[in-house]
Amino acid sequence: MNLKNLMKAAIRSLAKNKMRTFLTMLGIIIGVASVITMLAIGQGSRESIQAQISTLGTNVMMIFPSASTTGGVRMEAGTSQRMTLDDAKAVTERCPSILYLTPQVRTSGQLVAGSSNWRTSVYGVYPEYFDIRNLKIETGDRFSMNDDRSAAKVCLVGQTVVINLFGEGADAVGRFIRINKIPFKIVGIIEKKGQNAFGQDQDDMVIAPFSTVQKRMLTITYIQSMMASAKSESLIPAATEEITEVLKTRHRLGPSEDPDFTIRTQSDIAKTATETSRIMTILLATIASISLLVGGIGIMNIMLVSVTERTREIGIRMSVGARGRDVLLQFLIEALLISLIGGLIGIGLGVLVSQIVTDFMNWPITITLQSILMSFLFSSAIGIFFGWYPAQKAARLNPIDALRYE
Amino acid sequence: MHHKLHADQEEGIKMNKTIISVKNLVKIYNMGDVEVHALRGIDMDIHREDFIAIMGKSGSGKSTFMNIVGCLDVPTRGKYFLDGVDVSSLTKDQLANLRNRKIGFVFQSFNLLSRTSALENVELPLMYNHKVSSREMKERSVKALEAVGLGDRCGHFPNQLSGGEQQRVAIARSLVNDPVVILADEPTGNLDTRTSLEVMDIFQDLNRKGITIVIVTHEADIALFTKKNVTFKDGRIIRMVENERVRNAKEELALIPAPTMEEDL
Repeated sequence: MNLKNLMKAAIRSLAKNKMRTFLTMLGIIIGVASVITMLAIGQGSRESIQAQISTLGTNVMMIFPSASTTGGVRMEAGTSQRMTLDDAKAVTERCPSILYLTPQVRTSGQLVAGSSNWRTSVYGVYPEYFDIRNLKIETGDRFSMNDDRSAAKVCLVGQTVVINLFGEGADAVGRFIRINKIPFKIVGIIEKKGQNAFGQDQDDMVIAPFSTVQKRMLTITYIQSMMASAKSESLIPAATEEITEVLKTRHRLGPSEDPDFTIRTQSDIAKTATETSRIMTILLATIASISLLVGGIGIMNIMLVSVTERTREIGIRMSVGARGRDVLLQFLIEALLISLIGGLIGIGLGVLVSQIVTDFMNWPITITLQSILMSFLFSSAIGIFFGWYPAQKAARLNPIDALRYE
Repeated sequence: MHHKLHADQEEGIKMNKTIISVKNLVKIYNMGDVEVHALRGIDMDIHREDFIAIMGKSGSGKSTFMNIVGCLDVPTRGKYFLDGVDVSSLTKDQLANLRNRKIGFVFQSFNLLSRTSALENVELPLMYNHKVSSREMKERSVKALEAVGLGDRCGHFPNQLSGGEQQRVAIARSLVNDPVVILADEPTGNLDTRTSLEVMDIFQDLNRKGITIVIVTHEADIALFTKKNVTFKDGRIIRMVENERVRNAKEELALIPAPTMEEDL
């Protein structure tokens, strides 16, 4: 039989049992739709996590001193006081893969403005910090290196700080606040960044010149950490190596000795976060695939019933010259039609459900062409796989027995 | 459809050419421990333009014989030549091809595909023949339906046709591939007297046009319409006689009063 006649015969026999065909198809429809939806949700959350992480800045690297040891008792990471401003200068000068670098010190401060007060973190950094973290200034301007040299009492504040000290939408530039009783002039407001991937409010902070915080507030001589950005994402490993070498040399550590600092890169952080959501996606898709599998078993089940019911028809066809493979093809095409049409409807339904999820629940979704193609191929594979056994059973019937079947 | 035969006739080729020849045909079924000898050595030749009735009680082996002749089954031992081809050694697919090109079947229970029009039922054998275009398929099927007097029923479905009409569609289906022989297994078994006569009339008509027909029947009066009667018993042929006075179905049909109502229901 040619393909046209095969299709005609398959469509006719599927149309003969419309309800049954539809219910069988429903298994595939639900299966494909849930795979599409789950992948869309998984992919969407992954991308939103990635987007949030990239708000930290791209190609960012953080260099922390290791834990200090006092008489064999190891302290928290970052408590070592061996990292100095000279280290930072050396790294800046001798690491060609690094674009920007800033030393960093952090303290918390009680902020007072008029009758309002607020407690938040105060960061002491170089102006490059804004480039590294990709922070935009909404109003005002960043401080300069001159401010740092003179340890000027100037600062930039985030939106949350503005809201809590001056109220929503207030123009805070040029106004003075006291941080731990030291008066600071606000020179700029940082553009709103929102929460980061870990739920931290990135707008709740004060940024002041490095020297100001180090000398005036903390009164320490070492630096707590460095933040740098590599020239490109692909240069991060090279930058890591350069920094390690420079710092080890400066700290008089042999090549085989463990470094007394830790370098953490943006991609490490991103990897951890996306890995979590990737596992989640796989989990969701696996569960959804199981429903697709169950749909496939439904096809097999109904095709087996159909072969039994139509034993006589098979006998008639064989008596007029249908070969085993003609019969096989006929039943296989029926199974394939169910799964293909079911797959197509399922894709439509999946896209629709994903849209509903994002509209009503505000979950980020991303439907990729890849996931559509994959579930389409998967559903046709299921049609062939689960249609094969019943079709084979039909093809192997003995024409005499088939003709006699009541 | 049968101009080939007419051409042969005109050229004076020997008309009683052997088209089916079986020699010492044996069929044994293994039913667990028991061996059932369905055929115990059948020798028979069927010639072109023969019209044979095979008779015998159930279990006599006549159905087994028909199945083997119809290439639905293979013999345990013995030789079977169909139109010069040794069938005993063919594969399943080759048997299917032979059925498709050389055999036409008519069954007791009609065996039409339900919810499929008469025309499409008749087209069925040609669908499995790649050499036939869909246009030729339709032309030949319409012709076959016309040959059995159902030219006006092409679009009817089996459930819209009477039993006699359904059997005529089945005969048209058996004709459409221009077979060397039509095999009919109890073709009148499900039909009343009048309809049986109609079916036999069609068979006689087709036979007069040169088509070879073999029917299996247990009704002695149906056998009287054929040219040769073969009786099976316990897997052997016990009687083979030429029918000297072949009854004419058309004449007898004329004697029976026309039906007052739709029969066959």
